[in-house]
Amino acid sequence: MTQTPLSAIPLAGQAEMDVELWLHMYAQMVKIREFEEKVNELYTQAIMPGLAHLSIGQEAVAVGVCEALRRDDYITSTHRGHGHCLAKGASVDRMFAELLGKEAGYCRGKGGSMHIADQDTGNLGANAIVGGSAGIATGAAFSAKRRGTGQVAACFFGEGALGQGVLYETMNLAQLWKLPVIYVCENNLYNEYTHYTETTAGDLKARAAAFGIHTEEVDGQDVRAIYAAMRHVVEQARRSEGPAFLLCHTYRYRGHHVGDINRVYYRSKEEEQEWMTTRDPITRLADWVLGQGLTDRAVLERIHADVKDLIDSAVQFAMDAPYPDVSEVDQHVYA
Amino acid sequence: MSTPSANGRELTFAEAIREALAEEMRRDPRVFILGEDVAEAGTPFKVLSGLVDEFGKERVIDTPISEAGITGLSVGAAMTGLRPVVDIMFGDFITLTMDQMVNQAAKVHYMSGGKLKVPMVMRTTLGATRRSAAQHSQSLHAWFSHIPGLKVAVPSTPYDAKGLLKTAIRDDNPVAFFEDKMMYKLKGPVPAEEYTILFGVADFKRTGTDITIVATSSMVHVALGAARTLEEIGISAEVVDPRTTFPLDKQTLIESAKKTSRVIVVDEGYERYGVTAEIASVIADGAFYYLDAPVQRMGARDVPVPFSPPLEDATVPTEKAVFEMAKTLCGRA
Repeated sequence: MTQTPLSAIPLAGQAEMDVELWLHMYAQMVKIREFEEKVNELYTQAIMPGLAHLSIGQEAVAVGVCEALRRDDYITSTHRGHGHCLAKGASVDRMFAELLGKEAGYCRGKGGSMHIADQDTGNLGANAIVGGSAGIATGAAFSAKRRGTGQVAACFFGEGALGQGVLYETMNLAQLWKLPVIYVCENNLYNEYTHYTETTAGDLKARAAAFGIHTEEVDGQDVRAIYAAMRHVVEQARRSEGPAFLLCHTYRYRGHHVGDINRVYYRSKEEEQEWMTTRDPITRLADWVLGQGLTDRAVLERIHADVKDLIDSAVQFAMDAPYPDVSEVDQHVYA
Repeated sequence: MSTPSANGRELTFAEAIREALAEEMRRDPRVFILGEDVAEAGTPFKVLSGLVDEFGKERVIDTPISEAGITGLSVGAAMTGLRPVVDIMFGDFITLTMDQMVNQAAKVHYMSGGKLKVPMVMRTTLGATRRSAAQHSQSLHAWFSHIPGLKVAVPSTPYDAKGLLKTAIRDDNPVAFFEDKMMYKLKGPVPAEEYTILFGVADFKRTGTDITIVATSSMVHVALGAARTLEEIGISAEVVDPRTTFPLDKQTLIESAKKTSRVIVVDEGYERYGVTAEIASVIADGAFYYLDAPVQRMGARDVPVPFSPPLEDATVPTEKAVFEMAKTLCGRA
């Protein structure tokens, strides 16, 4: 296994030249957070049916990973996947429409929060089986290699998926056949309501390393670090050098799902406060761009205001959109 | 659909499968095979022997022993422009692929609102009496037949195997294709020219007037054997083969039942909650006023398949048992 220190990886152009890129990433993270805050609101007001798993706090992983991908690269996502879908290019109006079960949604309302798929942006679907998309992502990478398209696949999963066997079966295949797939592990510390150290033996990275897969470990609250690491492993994958395992340490600020309010039996309020106040990915990027003198606070405030407007009109669009006709229930069972 | 004549050309069941794969792989470069020992070994049953010589190891791919992994990889490959044919050596091992088939392959098209498709085939086996005991002998095709989004083929002859497999490979949906491992050496007419067989079209393996025997896969041959003996005592049995358990040709089954008024359904899956139950229900609903007796079901005995030969033989419907059941139904017991 070769380990490239992150400091040795050139960040595309660095600072000034990339101010637009950093501001774009900033806007994407703000968009995801505002989207999720609105989901929380719609859910608690009983406007949104079903389940809602929020990724507030984990925005940097979604954005850092997807910004290193081409539009036609593939991703697979998880039950906590709104951020991945948005980061890969989904629009908020059709996302909200899907979450409300409307025909204008990405899946005509048939998938819902946990199954958003958008082939136009390479999103092969969010998956509500933990580790369930490892096969799909690895198969997409196999297909890309076979068809010679230069595409890569990024497979998002939480650390809970490290307990699932199919992940290791597909990692073995990927390394054996040098498939262009990046396994992105979002370690938000909790398998639902249980700390991962109570469920996961050994070292997390060593699991991928055992297959000879190149591994990187990054601060999942630092979008720049994730982007840099992802750029590196994506380039390797495009050069047919094989898969990579990107371990991102992150944190979900909210519960496992919206209804998980009382969390003290599995984690402390102090822990939550510490992550939110000292490691927030949005604040962190803001501090950096301001500290570098790349922009001023007014620009960032404008981004927040624009995102809020976007979210508000998207929610209105989704609320106004019609439900699918009941006759659609039998459609799309078979192609 | 017109049936081309074989003009005396005969293939074994295994050769028919191989020919279907070879023809489809020549026709469509997106088609490839993956599975355990499929390349040089040509599978333990030698069904795929020689394919790697023509198509190379890039298209006939030996995999690790990872049924879930290779099935999952097939789902993703199918979603992104390829047409995999994944080989699961024994039907018992489909249990290892269940999440990939049931929660992934079967649901991708629907969950995506019709945008994504999964054109893949899983070839696997069914059938007991090979003395292979409880984990290499089951007929689990009912499991997949239960799941909306999947299609299931259960061919009974070399001719049907070839035509149905070609259709399966061209289908844009996930198809599970079950081959009775005891039939691989069975010979039958297969024309040299191109043909396919539509899914959901039952076939009359024998026509008759007194009783209908609906049978699947190798049970078709059990039914035909019973029908010949029944003929000797003056009972005319019709043998109808659905060929696919989903889509199911309900109309043909019902029409035959209306004609004969008596029906036995024979399938090698477990009788309990099985294929025979579904077909019996379809016929009871559709031909109720025409039936002279309740539809009878004959499946595998509801026990894990035992190893000891006399015990194993007692678990599978036999010609004699079908004959006796038919005689009883026809009031000749």
